[in-house]
Amino acid sequence: MKFTVKVWRQKNAKAKGKFETYRVEGISPDTSFLEMLDILNNQLIHEGKEPFAFDHDCREGICGMCSLYINGRPHGPDDEITTCQLHCRKFKDGDTITVEPWRSAAFPVVKDLVVNRHAFDEILQAGGFISTTGIAPDANIIPIRKQDADESMDASACIGCGACVATCKNGSAMLFVAARVSALAKLPQGRPEAAKRAKAMVAKMDELGFGACSNTGACEAECPKHISIAHIARLNREFLLANLQD
Amino acid sequence: MVNFLCSSIGKKLIMSLSGLFLVVFLLLHLALNLTALLSESAYNAVCVFMNENILIQIMVPVLAGGFIVHILFSMFVEFKNWTGRPRDMRYAVANKSKATSWASKNMFVLGVIVILFLFLHLFHFWSKMQLASWLGAEEANPYQLVVKTFSCPCVCVLYIVWFAAIYYHVSHGFWSAFQTLGLSNSKWLPRLQFLAKLYAIVVFWGFTLVPVCFYLRNCCGCCGASSCGL
Amino acid sequence: MSEIKLDSKIPAGPLADKWTNYKSHVKIVSPANKRKLEIIVVGTGLAGASAAATLGELGYKVKIFCISDSPRRAHSIAAQGGINAAKNYRNDNDSVYRLFYDTIKGGDFRAREANVYRLAEVSNAIIDKCVAQGVPFARDYAGLLANRSFGGAQVSRTFYARGQTGQQLLLGAYASLNAQIAAGNVVSYNRREMLDLVVIDGKAKGIIVRNLETGELERYGAHAVVLATGGYGNTYFLSTNAMNSNSSAAIQCYRKGACFANPCYVQIHPTCIPVHGEQQSKLTLMSESLRNDGRIWVPKKLEDVEKLRKKQIKPSQIPEEDRDYYLERRYPAFGNLVPRDVASRAAKERCDAGFGVNETGLAVFLDFAEPIKRLGEQAIRERYGNLFQMYEKITDVNPYKEPMMIFPAIHYTMGGIWVDYNLMTTIPGLYALGEANFSDHGGNRLGASALMQGLADGYYVIPYTIGDYLSHEIQTPKTDTNHPAFQEAEDAVKARIKKIMNVKGKQPVDELHKKLYHIMWEYVGMARNEAGLKKALTMIEDLKKEFWSDVCVPGTTDEFNQELEKANRFVDFLETAKLIALDALNRTESCGGHFREESQTPEGEAQRKDDEFMYVAAWEYKGEDQDPELHKEPLVYEEVKVATRNYKD
Repeated sequence: MKFTVKVWRQKNAKAKGKFETYRVEGISPDTSFLEMLDILNNQLIHEGKEPFAFDHDCREGICGMCSLYINGRPHGPDDEITTCQLHCRKFKDGDTITVEPWRSAAFPVVKDLVVNRHAFDEILQAGGFISTTGIAPDANIIPIRKQDADESMDASACIGCGACVATCKNGSAMLFVAARVSALAKLPQGRPEAAKRAKAMVAKMDELGFGACSNTGACEAECPKHISIAHIARLNREFLLANLQD
Repeated sequence: MVNFLCSSIGKKLIMSLSGLFLVVFLLLHLALNLTALLSESAYNAVCVFMNENILIQIMVPVLAGGFIVHILFSMFVEFKNWTGRPRDMRYAVANKSKATSWASKNMFVLGVIVILFLFLHLFHFWSKMQLASWLGAEEANPYQLVVKTFSCPCVCVLYIVWFAAIYYHVSHGFWSAFQTLGLSNSKWLPRLQFLAKLYAIVVFWGFTLVPVCFYLRNCCGCCGASSCGL
Repeated sequence: MSEIKLDSKIPAGPLADKWTNYKSHVKIVSPANKRKLEIIVVGTGLAGASAAATLGELGYKVKIFCISDSPRRAHSIAAQGGINAAKNYRNDNDSVYRLFYDTIKGGDFRAREANVYRLAEVSNAIIDKCVAQGVPFARDYAGLLANRSFGGAQVSRTFYARGQTGQQLLLGAYASLNAQIAAGNVVSYNRREMLDLVVIDGKAKGIIVRNLETGELERYGAHAVVLATGGYGNTYFLSTNAMNSNSSAAIQCYRKGACFANPCYVQIHPTCIPVHGEQQSKLTLMSESLRNDGRIWVPKKLEDVEKLRKKQIKPSQIPEEDRDYYLERRYPAFGNLVPRDVASRAAKERCDAGFGVNETGLAVFLDFAEPIKRLGEQAIRERYGNLFQMYEKITDVNPYKEPMMIFPAIHYTMGGIWVDYNLMTTIPGLYALGEANFSDHGGNRLGASALMQGLADGYYVIPYTIGDYLSHEIQTPKTDTNHPAFQEAEDAVKARIKKIMNVKGKQPVDELHKKLYHIMWEYVGMARNEAGLKKALTMIEDLKKEFWSDVCVPGTTDEFNQELEKANRFVDFLETAKLIALDALNRTESCGGHFREESQTPEGEAQRKDDEFMYVAAWEYKGEDQDPELHKEPLVYEEVKVATRNYKD
């Protein structure tokens, strides 16, 4: 297969960026999208040009590192996958593929297609945990309803890639925050800190420049783990109840 | 509480509550409108009641307040949301993500359309009815006012466009409000979305029925008939 | 001769009491003094994150470093199947001793008894801790924790969170880490790569890192340094490791005097998605848990193989009697759940005999038709849904309808930095945890044990053992990063980066790394022999020369430069490759993940030579162009009877 690839090039956070257009040929349909970019980059090196930077790591769809906005969709033209799980067979031979970084006020560009998602860490540091110390009681001492454990797991599947923010017209991080709040709120261990957690995480989210949720559901549609916006309702409930307690 | 109201979710909560208040108002308004299809006397009686009942008089500024709060907070939220992805960070390729609905991505624009038409509507009816009575001026005959207003096809079309905007706005706003209030979960989310659609359809066709009927009656030359003879 | 003497510092007393006795007598540091002591943790996987969180919780001042944009990206996140613990919740006669024994046996009697026993002992506390953190382990309808089985065990002791156990455990450790960052006990430095260890007066005192975003070199000092940087599987280029996983930090410590133990023990995982072609850069693992239900087979008839390769028939069309379920045939007692090394070699044996089922002849089937018939598709979907989805996304084949194709691939490295019972390396004050050390898995690691070891080291071992060392450091002031040793280390790093940039050759690092892949997979892969290993050593030397004369690294040093990162790591991969080959050449027995063709039974099973090789091979760096020196730590088995591994009956 052959493609025309338009890649966003930006030297650093302050520099002004622009698109560069490259051509790549001889790609097997079984090649993954990122392998195609590897090939393109090596081709650029051979041509004496500078390769473009992009984030990637596990290439199994779980680390959440890869972050490309491909032809108008975060993680490209397929559902429930990350960029690293996208394969070239999803494109037509001769296609023009436009690759952009995540764009959000809270995710400044580091270089080319690489963005800084430290804001997510900060939100979690604000309260996305259950405080534990030292030795814990026996694991089976509190039975947890299977449905609750399953729902917690659904939310906990979040890989922190930022596709929800990238696709949201408001650049909102509500699905990300909701997934964490919901995962812990559904478990009895998470209840003692639930109110504090919801308030602290929402406050941090607002502070960092993310937009508000307008329930468009685009986040759910692009989430590689298909985390439901029903968790956003739970976050809203937790947040409201937490504030009513004051 | 100040912190709460300043938070993104707090502001959204105010929008939801005021929105749901307006949702109830719309149903009430619809019920009144439909009496116009029954008979002139029924409609005029209802209008007199609306003008004289003390509770209604109290509710008028409350309703106006509901609108203002809804609009103000939507502006707060919307302007903040614009900073989530500033102008110089827009995508080159338009977003192709599936969303719950077209309306969900265009609520603000729909809201603006609704308000603009609302002023037209207030000018057409309210200023000549309730406002006139408050100012001590002579009130128009409500029923005849309806007949007169909807005799013009352009006005009818404008109103239907307005109702369509309301349809889209509430088809998302209705369930979105419950979602924001936290009154939803994976089971209820689809049910609420269905209810929202149902409500929006009822509101749209209910409101649309009045101008359509009156215009058609006018065309048939049977205006003034005491019942809808269509 | 060097002065290094390997002292494992195994506590005296009966095996079952060693850890308890150790904890009773080990020195501790008071809370007031802990506040004054600084610890550097490099790596944020299960071992690093859990160690940093726990040490922060105890009151030490911790600095933690990772190469990714967030600690949560560490490759522990990709572990799928589960984590072992001797809870015996199933009442199937599991116990600490049985977990210990299975691990020692699974490791082909090449692990240290005392370490493994301690691992089994603390395994239960890990599960308790993780549940307290909110890890959503799978549960049954009574609300109690569920279990499944893994290779090398005849009990169900593996706890799991769908096919994402590693992710959930890492998120638990990362959450604890975040709590400590919020509390101010831990400072997290992201996108920082350790490029050298600073040793002052013989003790590890700090590190030099490169800020990957700005390219600046930065110095950090501490009272102790904890290395938790994972394994060296990416030496082979194609592996199930993450693209950025590397052996650099370990190799820098090795160059500074930490011995590197048993590098030849590399685990080749039997269930990976086969290589599709030359454009591939990464292999994907299909969890071992799939072998709970999936059955592995190849056709009995070569003509069926031919038809499969030509795509004339579908695998599901081959009748039952023409299928060779070779694991069930060869190992009736354990069947499809034999340990990884055994399963991998059996797959290679079938493919070498010409029964490989894809175009390249390097694949076997993993079939779910029978369990789907028995349990229903929904039950299988619940157990492995995400894995099946992943398989379909990658291969475009629906595994509910047709069997998966799998082939062994490099997955985990049992070898690593040599550590004593305290997890301290041969450099005082330098510790190595998790996959980065060599200690617990011997020649082969059992499934669901890596997560157990990483968390055991981080949550329950290092918090005790580091106190013993630091109790002697309470008078030592904060490390001064202006010390000449820091300057010297930084200069060396600068010089190396400059040297790389100045080559200005023609080949991208990836292409050189692919060459290393071919050398390693061909000669230092699943089956090794003397001639091949010697050839590999020469080829590695040649490749090293090629690198230093022809590598091309575009861009500059003072910016985000991924090619420079790769080149830097590749230099260390070359060193690792040499170590693996040298160790494999030295160990003329077959053992665990290390298979020497010269040493096998008439049936083709691995044959150990206990009289000659019952030792840990620890290699000491002797200089750039010299071979490392071998030190031997004899393995003494007091408790278990060393036997030939038998998974047949």
